Amino acid sequence: MASAKQKPRFHIAVFLAPAVLVYTAVMIYPLFNTLRLSLFSEVDQERVWVGLQNFRTLFGNAVWSDQFWNALANNAWFFMIHMLVQNPIGVALAAILSAPRLRFSAFYRSAIFIPTILSFVIVGFAWKLILSPIWGIAPGMLDAIGLKFLYQPWLGKEEYALTTLSLVSVWQYVGIPMMLIYAALLSIPDEILEAGECDGITGMAAFFKIKLPLILPSIGIISILTFVANFNAFDLIYAAQGALAGPDFSTDILGTFMYRTFFGFQLQLGDPHMGSAIASAMFGIILVGVCIYLFGIQRRLRSYQF
Amino acid sequence: MSKIRNTSATTFAAHAVLITYTVIALFPVFVILINSFKTRKAIFREPLSLPNTDSFSLIGYETVFKQGDFFLYFQNSMIVTVVSLTLILLFGAMAAFALAEYRFKGNTLMGLYLALGIMIPIRIGTVAILEMMVSSGLVNTLTALILVYTAQGLPLAVFILSEFMKGVSDDLKNAGRIDGLSEYKIFFRLVLPLVRPAMATVAVFNMIPIWNDLWFPLILAPAEEVKTLTLGSQVFIGQFVTDWNAVLSALSMAILPVMILYVIFSRQLIRGITSGAVK
Repeated sequence: MASAKQKPRFHIAVFLAPAVLVYTAVMIYPLFNTLRLSLFSEVDQERVWVGLQNFRTLFGNAVWSDQFWNALANNAWFFMIHMLVQNPIGVALAAILSAPRLRFSAFYRSAIFIPTILSFVIVGFAWKLILSPIWGIAPGMLDAIGLKFLYQPWLGKEEYALTTLSLVSVWQYVGIPMMLIYAALLSIPDEILEAGECDGITGMAAFFKIKLPLILPSIGIISILTFVANFNAFDLIYAAQGALAGPDFSTDILGTFMYRTFFGFQLQLGDPHMGSAIASAMFGIILVGVCIYLFGIQRRLRSYQF
Repeated sequence: MSKIRNTSATTFAAHAVLITYTVIALFPVFVILINSFKTRKAIFREPLSLPNTDSFSLIGYETVFKQGDFFLYFQNSMIVTVVSLTLILLFGAMAAFALAEYRFKGNTLMGLYLALGIMIPIRIGTVAILEMMVSSGLVNTLTALILVYTAQGLPLAVFILSEFMKGVSDDLKNAGRIDGLSEYKIFFRLVLPLVRPAMATVAVFNMIPIWNDLWFPLILAPAEEVKTLTLGSQVFIGQFVTDWNAVLSALSMAILPVMILYVIFSRQLIRGITSGAVK
């Protein structure tokens, strides 16, 4: 490492240049440019500086703010379901899979991971078809176990649609927490578990008292990954319900709201500046979440190095 | 390890839970696949039974081949994914090498700058990206998608690869220097071959999100001749909502390439995740 101090080190620049250029030009610059664009508006086909006017419209004008808060609340619910359903199931599956000498565990792992590799388009449509009252797979299956009265056209009813889509997304992504937790569980050294056994801690107790505290940092990482992914989600809602996020905007989340604003829909024209304002709000939300994680949560979780 | 934990009852329960979940995970895919080979009548009458001689039909696939240009979409997806991955790996490895190998002013800062993009999704900048692509005439080209995916993949690639490159022995590189190899040759001839496993991990991590992305193809390249498979199937299915045979066949055809890739790379993928590359 200490070598090559004497020569002019032109090659460092050569090594860094392509990555830094592409990254800066296509990611960082547009990101800040979007934040900048949110301070402009279009008047008579010219771009005019309007300061915080777009944000005033977004939060102050009832037409906009209702949509924004609706999208944000839906997004929060979407995230809650992931945290409450996806992550516990992922942890539970990982805990079972990591049992020593479990047969076929590689098969289970690969099979459970399959939905994660499918695109939202496939997942969205597949579930739309299965839950559809026309096809009747879901009602037929409920009928078979005598629970037909429970059936509702879940995706078509305002009160169920968002929860249903969140659960579809959970179904798709449960593989990721499962894999990460599985990896974390495998890295716990046997000595620690054996020491616990000597003290009479086995089975469930061993999981909750020894393993769970040790995998908390991984659960933290999964939570923040879920947060970021959920708050810029778009594809699944768009594939299953379209840009209007029906029924009656009940599945509208920030991603679909931004898309509609930016591109317009039906009679409303697209507005890149309002779109930027929404993107800036999303940026703020994600930034707050990441900061809470980095400074509030991650520091308190002690990582153990084995 | 203890024998208490491995009693047959708990093993049985473990398998029961795992089998149940595996069925839940695979059931929708299975239903789509079997029904894509059935006649319209059979799809509705017995959605859960396998196609037999009576109900077997390829009518859906015929519609798909007649109406949609799936080979073109597939080719577009392939070009975008392969070129983006190549650029991510090449540029990412070069930058990672610079960060891991040399001590220079601003090294840490540069590392942090490049790591920013791991947490902040590139989608936030969509408005300005579209504007940039419009003004540079790249809208409706595969180049636009490739640039975006390369930028999106670089932060994590640099992060993972530089961790690995720190582990490459200094002695080897110094021996190369003594033999008069240039820094470029040291990178390409000595270091790159050694970090191949990490490169494979990075490739597999990036492959699936790029292949499956709907947002950027929809916004940057919606024209017919540059549609990716994901966008193509989305549009196709949207047009044929009532033609169940066609929709099911289109879905099956969209599932197929990903499944093939998964079967080929699943070992690598799972090893990559479980080796702690994303910690």
